[in-house]
Amino acid sequence: MVENLSLSPAPTSGQGERGARRGVSNAFSDLVFGLLTRGAALFTLALLLGIIVSLVIGAWPAIERYGLGFLTHNVWDPVREDFGGLVMIYGTLATSAIALLIAVPVSFGIALFLTELSPIWLKRPLGAAIELLAAVPSIVYGMWGLMVFGPVLARYVQQPLQAWLGDAPGFGALVSGPPVGIGILSAGIILSIMIIPFIASVMRDVFEVTPPLLKESAYGLGATTWEVIRHIVLPYTRAGVMGGIMLGLGRALGETMAVTFVIGNMNQLRSPSLFEAANSITSALANEFAEAAPGMHQAALIYLGLILFLITFVVLVFSRLLLLRLQKNEGRRA
Amino acid sequence: MNGPARPDPKLRAAFFARRKWMNRVALALSLVAMIFGVFWLMWILWETLWLGFGGLSLTLFTQSTPPPNDAGGLANALFGSFMMVALATLVGAPIGVLSGVYLAEYHPRGWLAVTVRFVNDLLLSAPSIVIGLFVYAVIVIRFRQFSGWAGAAALSLIVIPVVIRTTENMLALIPSSLREAAYALGAPKWKVIVHVTLNAARAGVVTGILLAVARISGETAPLLFTALNNQFWTSGLSGPTANLPVTIFQFAMSPYENWQQLAWVGVFLITLAVLGLNILARLLSRHK
Repeated sequence: MVENLSLSPAPTSGQGERGARRGVSNAFSDLVFGLLTRGAALFTLALLLGIIVSLVIGAWPAIERYGLGFLTHNVWDPVREDFGGLVMIYGTLATSAIALLIAVPVSFGIALFLTELSPIWLKRPLGAAIELLAAVPSIVYGMWGLMVFGPVLARYVQQPLQAWLGDAPGFGALVSGPPVGIGILSAGIILSIMIIPFIASVMRDVFEVTPPLLKESAYGLGATTWEVIRHIVLPYTRAGVMGGIMLGLGRALGETMAVTFVIGNMNQLRSPSLFEAANSITSALANEFAEAAPGMHQAALIYLGLILFLITFVVLVFSRLLLLRLQKNEGRRA
Repeated sequence: MNGPARPDPKLRAAFFARRKWMNRVALALSLVAMIFGVFWLMWILWETLWLGFGGLSLTLFTQSTPPPNDAGGLANALFGSFMMVALATLVGAPIGVLSGVYLAEYHPRGWLAVTVRFVNDLLLSAPSIVIGLFVYAVIVIRFRQFSGWAGAAALSLIVIPVVIRTTENMLALIPSSLREAAYALGAPKWKVIVHVTLNAARAGVVTGILLAVARISGETAPLLFTALNNQFWTSGLSGPTANLPVTIFQFAMSPYENWQQLAWVGVFLITLAVLGLNILARLLSRHK
């Protein structure tokens, strides 16, 4: 492995000139290599700055014209060039909220199973299966959601709910809409399936850093497995668990294809129904951007993209800080 | 000194039974959650295999995408995707590896390394559609044309953070005694890194690159307004370029039966490729 490593001992009198020359060329290579790696690292920083700057420049006409009112204005009319992002922002937030509501308890259960309950021989394959679920491209989820899951949801969930709650005031409106299986709820459910693996694997990893000493002391006092989880593991890993949830939220907010397939892409806020077609920031971008005329329409879409980037940016920064806090604790203990 | 008052044994038994019951419920629920997770994976894989496998044929690889209600294949989309993924990996992987080397070998605790690590974690989970917007603004607007080059650039920006992360982690696993031994022989730093540390971490670095390839072969969002799509065979990358993910998106959303069938086949191929790459990466890293 190291046989082609040529050595360069300090030049001695015997091989003086050759050694010295090689020393110089090595110093030069060292400098170049160091600069290259440093340049690559700086490139990553430049990338983030470049993204923010280019989005702000692209969105500038829309920012200038609508300002912050864009966030609360619910009209999106490319013909009359009247743009507001409320419908899409609502769609993004609502689908992500549904996704978290489902994904957090399930991921917790999965992490609990993998760390405490699973027989050793099942741990690896199950952990691998969950991680493979994370690797499946989002377009596969989207296509499956549109063609397979949507109709199932409409037939076995929405229609019975409509029959049951249809006339009830308030609830009736929540389940109204044509039974085709697209809308906020389907998008939320598919997002939840997508983010479960991310949250579950972070939770599993942080559960595993709980010192065995703490856990065994609790077991020694007669605590049950659940009590150890609830009163020892969870408090110890709280920051990490929150970090994992935030990571999942970041993913859900920025997910494009899975949502675009099933959300229906309709700019409406009239109906509060979970089964009515709606729109999200990412699906609006995916559907309209390539065809948008340069000018206000495009600027408004880039403005939406900028808002999305800022929201996910804040969520992810929060997530990183929480996870780093847990790591720091770990370091202090060691 | 009196000991603590002993509660009624009956009460204690009831309390104990409740705790045990609580425990059982919680563990049963966690089992249910696990089954729930695996259930979706099975369902999705099953449908993809079932609906995609039926459409497999040789013409897929020899004919271009058809007009509605006509026979055809996915040859142009497969070729375009392959070209863009290959190009993106060739550009992104070296930058990622070099950057990972800086983080692990040069100043792991310096301000630059700390900042880059943080920023890299953000980029790793940043919405990929925003990367598409960025490349649109920087490349597509400048050249006034959607192109395969722009698509490859967008994909390479997604490769970089994945490779940085794995390279750094893998280099950190190499024991410093190896480095020190090489230094003691008088090797300059770049030789130590290239011939000793990177060489020893080779399997891990390759794993990272494979994972990055798996990630970008299914990425759709960043291609929507960079490479766009193309119904015809193109051998270069300088115009709108056909690619598998965007083709799947268009065909799946269309009302035409044959397009939807081709979309399923495309999804099948992508799933197969991505899962295959992931399993390969897993085997490679376990082997080491």
